[in-house]
Amino acid sequence: MTRTPRAALRLTAAGLGLALALTACSSGGGDAEPAASGSGGEGGLTPVKLQLQWFTQAQFAGYYAALEQGFYEDAGLDVEIVEGGVDIVPQTELANGAVDYAIAWVPKALASREQGAGITDVAQIFQRSGTLQVSFADAGIDSAADLAGKKVGNWGFGNEFELFAGMTAAGLDPATDVTLVQQQFDMNALLSGEIDAAQAMTYNEYAQVLEAENPETGELYRPEDFSVVDWNEEGTAMLQDAIWANSERLASDEEYQETTVAFIKASIQGWVFARDEAEAARDLVVAAGSQLGNSHQLWQVNEVNKLIWPSPDGIGTIDEDLWDQTVEVALTAKNDQGATVITAEPDAEAYTNEYVEQALAELEAEGVDVTGEGFQPLTVTLEAGGA
Amino acid sequence: MSRAARAVRPVLVGLAALLLAGVLWELVKVVVPDTGLHLGEASVLPRTDDVAMPHVWDVAARMLEPETGASGAPSVLVATLHAAWFTLGVSLVGWALGVVGGMVLAVLMQRWSLAESAVLPWVVLSQTVPLVALAPLVVGWGGRLQLGAFAWERWMSVALIASYLAFFPVAVGALRGLKSPTDAQVELFRASAAGWGRTLLSLRLPAAVPHLLPALRLAAATAVVGAIVAEVSTGTRGGIGRLIISYAQAASGDPAKPWAAIVGAAALGLLAAGVVGLLGAGLRRYRHAEVS
Repeated sequence: MTRTPRAALRLTAAGLGLALALTACSSGGGDAEPAASGSGGEGGLTPVKLQLQWFTQAQFAGYYAALEQGFYEDAGLDVEIVEGGVDIVPQTELANGAVDYAIAWVPKALASREQGAGITDVAQIFQRSGTLQVSFADAGIDSAADLAGKKVGNWGFGNEFELFAGMTAAGLDPATDVTLVQQQFDMNALLSGEIDAAQAMTYNEYAQVLEAENPETGELYRPEDFSVVDWNEEGTAMLQDAIWANSERLASDEEYQETTVAFIKASIQGWVFARDEAEAARDLVVAAGSQLGNSHQLWQVNEVNKLIWPSPDGIGTIDEDLWDQTVEVALTAKNDQGATVITAEPDAEAYTNEYVEQALAELEAEGVDVTGEGFQPLTVTLEAGGA
Repeated sequence: MSRAARAVRPVLVGLAALLLAGVLWELVKVVVPDTGLHLGEASVLPRTDDVAMPHVWDVAARMLEPETGASGAPSVLVATLHAAWFTLGVSLVGWALGVVGGMVLAVLMQRWSLAESAVLPWVVLSQTVPLVALAPLVVGWGGRLQLGAFAWERWMSVALIASYLAFFPVAVGALRGLKSPTDAQVELFRASAAGWGRTLLSLRLPAAVPHLLPALRLAAATAVVGAIVAEVSTGTRGGIGRLIISYAQAASGDPAKPWAAIVGAAALGLLAAGVVGLLGAGLRRYRHAEVS
């Protein structure tokens, strides 16, 4: 082989390029740790990125409280809260290594797991489902069975399965016995009578209808104007907001395991703060840049608290019965396209109480009330437009 | 026409157009029934009640009221202007990136016809990729990018997505423009022993200006649209896309609020196209016949 200087130069260049590419890969992407690598960061704090499902709002009050009240910092963490967007899928961001933890609904995360996302539920913050089917009281829809023959709104995109499971359990065929309507963000379709029952979260859309003016009275609608179907009562509720961690790193990275315990612990402290100081929690969410009104945010803190407290086993503990119910619904409930959320039982890695139990033990030793047995919700008065 | 009248005219036309839009809006509210127009089961025209389509004056009044009940909350107008300013900046970055990218592609395609047959189909294909599918991917890549002290921020993803829309009209328009000199003109340059670079600078680029200006304006509009959609898609804080979605969450109880932000977004598109129009004034020498 003859090696001209030119060829040597070319080889060197190629080698350099390859080396650069490798460095870029190992420092930037793939399965390398994105943030929590060693004790770097400000003042020895471990940098952590948390991906939310949506914009800053009181649904995430506990995390913002933990950040603003310094619980994360006390736990040795430098947490950055990453807001979601319409097309941001938190569990995908987590699986591809862009963030360290993500908040996601259990059924959606299980669907992502089935498609190969290596993620684990490490703390089930919301113990109950916040999804309702709301209708006007005079429509006479008080249970899933009453939906027969009605125009039923739903959001689709994986938010519809509790509704479909509920209708199926009530003996209805979702494909033929009701008229399904794709619903928008707002509740205008329900208020204008275009649909009979609308999907709503207790902490958001349900508040929206109570912030709207009733044209008949000239005042805001009242709760007694509406009737709600609650999937917790119908027995088809699915677990919602949970903290998910990267399975691979949990299995191999001891530092990440410690970070996980610390992160869960501080997050729980944040949620305890939101329970005990709901108005202060509202204020710091508003200060963090939420564009929803004050009364709406306080309503949201309060409703979210109701989804968490009381937590008899301790906040964040994954209740096996509710988990099994979620999996059962995810396996069996078919939507109007005939699809189920998942096709096979999730493996044992899907959730673990290992880390939340450590966090709870530490908190109990410090005398923190992690069950909230005596929790009393506030009575929040909503203003027009949530102002 | 006097010089002053000539300067005032576009402003008057713009105001008249705005007024007309408002009158049309109110007219639709009067003519179309509150429940909208249905043909059988299919909805042909949307609802026109005050919740779905608030009165123009309600929207205007809402702009002057505070955004939320929180103390120190800015008025909706101020919040909208802030957000529009942010989005304008991001779109301009995206536009500039798109223009550079589009120009480079056009010059390459003009230089080598092999490049044209190889690249042009991809350029067209690129615009069929749905933006909402692309946006989370770009954010995902960006989230993992860290080069020394330089950290990729989310607005950069938004600018990149805006440039992805903006480069297309530039590439296509510039290519047509670069090819627009007649054979006789090109041959004259060749006969004078002018190389490819000299021909490009002195013949092709000036000849491309009339094709390029509408392309640049179009690119400005698409950059704004791209930035807004990308903001909605990725939830980037600070911009008008995000503001619209945030406000839309209050649409049932406070229907004028999201419309105030939507008006802001429309004004932003007009402004961006207008700014690029100023560029055209600077290139007046070459604008003998603008092609659209």
